[in-house]
Amino acid sequence: MATKSTTAERAGAEPGRLAIVCGLAWLVPGAGHLLQGRRQKGIIFLLALPLMFAAGLWLDGRLFPLEMSDPLVFLGAIANRGIGAPYFVARMLDAGLGTVTAASYEYGNTFLMTAGLLNFLVVLDAFDIAKGRK
Amino acid sequence: MVLFAFFVSLVFAVLLRDDPREQLKTGGMMLGGFVAAAYVLGWLMFPFPL
Repeated sequence: MATKSTTAERAGAEPGRLAIVCGLAWLVPGAGHLLQGRRQKGIIFLLALPLMFAAGLWLDGRLFPLEMSDPLVFLGAIANRGIGAPYFVARMLDAGLGTVTAASYEYGNTFLMTAGLLNFLVVLDAFDIAKGRK
Repeated sequence: MVLFAFFVSLVFAVLLRDDPREQLKTGGMMLGGFVAAAYVLGWLMFPFPL
């Protein structure tokens, strides 16, 4: 108990480190955990989440644009961007254009969005660890 | 669907549990639950097509 609060106080005094951990955890899935010595968890996230994202691209899913006029597309776009660097790599490679006529299109979208949303949870977990709550 | 359930249960199990044995147990139960629920819902939807 005393150790936890001490760690929390120390982490609370270092907002810069918290921002770096969260930023890195978002950019590279699992990096936040690896940075804090949670090797096993970090490696699993580092492999599983980009693989899930790649499966979404392979299934002809679409990376949605940030369109404010359509709230559902906008939310989908936020979820897509949750995966971090793999999203930008996919955009650079012109992947994720989405084939609406493909039978697996909706499955692909689900994989792409869920990978991003799961990475948001991983970022929150890394934040909790950095704060000393875990 | 099984692949999707596998990835989701893997990430949740690793997030929720710290011990590898506990992670395996939680992940397995979650994966089984997802697949079983999908089959049950699939059969329940069979008599009521959209």
